[in-house]
Amino acid sequence: MDLRIAFLYPELMNIYGDRGNILALSRRAQWRGIDVQVENVSIGNDIDPNFYDFYFFGGGQDKQQIAVSEDLQGRKGDAIKEAVERGAVILSVCGGYQLLGKYYRPFDGDALPGIGLFDAHTEAGDRRYIGNVLVDCAVPGVGTIVAFENHSGLTFLGPGCSPLGKSIIGGGNNGKDGTEGAIYKTAYGCYLHGSLLPKNPRFADHLLTQALGRRHGPVELSPLDNSLEQMAHTTATSRARETR
Amino acid sequence: MRNPVLVAAVAAGKASGLATRFLGRGGGTALPGLIAQAMYPGVLRALTSQLPAGALVVTGTNGKTTTSRMLGSILEEAGLEPLHNRSGSNLERGLVSTMVDAATPSGGLPSDLKAGLFEVDEAALPVVLGSIRPKVALFNNLFRDQLDRYGEIDTIHRKWQAALPRLGPASTLVLNADDPAIASLVTTPGLRAKPLLFGIDDPRYALDALPHAADSILCPRCASRLDYSLILLGHLGHWRCPSCGLERPRPEVVATKVELHGTESSNLIIETPAGKLVVKLQVPGLYNAYNGLAAVAAALAFGIAPEKIKAGIEKFTAAFGRIERVDVPGGKQLLMALVKNPVGFNEVLRMLFPIEERLGEQEVTPKRLLIIINDLIADGRDVSWLWDVDFEIISAASGLVSSVHVSGIRASDMAVRLKYAGVDADMIHIEPSIDAALDEALGSLPQGETLYVLPTYTAMLAFRKMLHGRGWVKSQFWEQ
Repeated sequence: MDLRIAFLYPELMNIYGDRGNILALSRRAQWRGIDVQVENVSIGNDIDPNFYDFYFFGGGQDKQQIAVSEDLQGRKGDAIKEAVERGAVILSVCGGYQLLGKYYRPFDGDALPGIGLFDAHTEAGDRRYIGNVLVDCAVPGVGTIVAFENHSGLTFLGPGCSPLGKSIIGGGNNGKDGTEGAIYKTAYGCYLHGSLLPKNPRFADHLLTQALGRRHGPVELSPLDNSLEQMAHTTATSRARETR
Repeated sequence: MRNPVLVAAVAAGKASGLATRFLGRGGGTALPGLIAQAMYPGVLRALTSQLPAGALVVTGTNGKTTTSRMLGSILEEAGLEPLHNRSGSNLERGLVSTMVDAATPSGGLPSDLKAGLFEVDEAALPVVLGSIRPKVALFNNLFRDQLDRYGEIDTIHRKWQAALPRLGPASTLVLNADDPAIASLVTTPGLRAKPLLFGIDDPRYALDALPHAADSILCPRCASRLDYSLILLGHLGHWRCPSCGLERPRPEVVATKVELHGTESSNLIIETPAGKLVVKLQVPGLYNAYNGLAAVAAALAFGIAPEKIKAGIEKFTAAFGRIERVDVPGGKQLLMALVKNPVGFNEVLRMLFPIEERLGEQEVTPKRLLIIINDLIADGRDVSWLWDVDFEIISAASGLVSSVHVSGIRASDMAVRLKYAGVDADMIHIEPSIDAALDEALGSLPQGETLYVLPTYTAMLAFRKMLHGRGWVKSQFWEQ
């Protein structure tokens, strides 16, 4: 069995250690004997919507995000949306999440267009949400997610997508409605750094199962020893309660 | 008669400093500054303007402390006794405390004090430039560091650009030509200070590709992706924007040859407008070669003679906790190296595991590590930066490490990171208590060998305190 991963804009959209998500997904596949191929897809590269099983789209700084927004307009953005319709999994964090929504509106100047995969939009906020977070994940069997948020953008979901979970500790999507992240079919968006997947192995395996399922049909993953991951999960849970 | 408000502010600040010390709260040095400044907001300017040789300010993400201490050693050699905010208190109130502490009760400065040497937090720099008009401002580098505290590096760059026009033509900006975010400060609108650039030309320790932790790879002017003909450290190197043509300016102070000697020392040949300098640094690693080069450039800009620079910098030994060797009972040794952000951690790994060992050109003796990760405010609450460090170089296949003890509040995060880097799970030992982790790590360390201890900032303080408690080091705090 094999898994094809696309790392979207790795040199531009990778702050706060988001590449840990690629490492986690790759290793958890390899430890189960699955071949993994990771390709970088950046500005100017085309996407074949049939090829990749999993896409990762991380966060970036403002300047980077503007360049990426331009690159996503038209054919490339359409290819990503089509890939999701055909069962590919995409995990997006922070800036990547915002660019998969409809637009990002700054305090001044024009809105930065997204690709509208998520029925969601983001507005600049005047306070920064920073700190350890806990999320009650809406995906059955995942349970609590631990992570670290760091954003001032406020994201509001429309009826075309649902939240990734309920925020227990942290600002969530917008500091108001108690939601965190978004799900549309097999596309996931969130404000969860940390890195997210290494300390949340159940969520990682959920994404892995879905991504493998696209070409290989229903897959039953063999169990792994998650004791270190679980220990880090437990520590992060108590740090969230102690520090916020 | 000096301004009576200044005199009162100095007196009040001094009194609070005495009280703090009397209560035994070592290390905390912000209070006198807070009090003096509340009474007289102009206190920092009033005191620093009395320094006869002027002030030198050092900022940047990595290497501030080491570079300042190198400069301190050079200034002493040149007979310019510096006042240095030594205790790592590098926010504005820390500088005020340093000045207030040194001032005479009448609001003057003692006559033996010639120069000010101020290490300034990169985010605090704009505020500090409002009060201090330094003769030399050194900008070392700008890396990703504790973004949860500072915001993104673009933000800091913008704030610097807004503050720099305050400096007049009598000031010199000493800038790292190899860092696009620093070198491009030359183009700051309204800049009146003279720039002096430094950089490394020797390709010997070039990297094959930009590391994951590289930050500033977009053109500071037009945001296109930069091209590199030489990558030396993080995003430092020989860069050029293919789109707008902005490129690394030719530095006036250039290291034409760099020779690293493992965890011991390094040699530099530096061409300067004042002639060639051959310098032997008693600190290891390419990052310290950059620090040394920066110190040489800043000292030249401060008007110090080359022979004094050489003599001063060669006397310098590592700053507190940066690279520190400690002998411990049983004929064993500790080597401590502070790790606080991805680029810094990568460089410590590069220093511990030189390329010759990684390529198998040199025989490898596997090393034993103790990594201590805390997530207190001074460390940065967010530990996700560990995923930007290239721990893959110490994977099981490399044979470079024989055991890794992990400790501190976030020991388990570190353990997970190592597991995903391919370090053998049997080699990873988790013990959150630093005391117990050190006992464990030393217990399994053979006689005559070294344990390499890599702590984050607050972990370093705790570790140092513990070593002091065990009687293995003389001082718990930073005064030597």
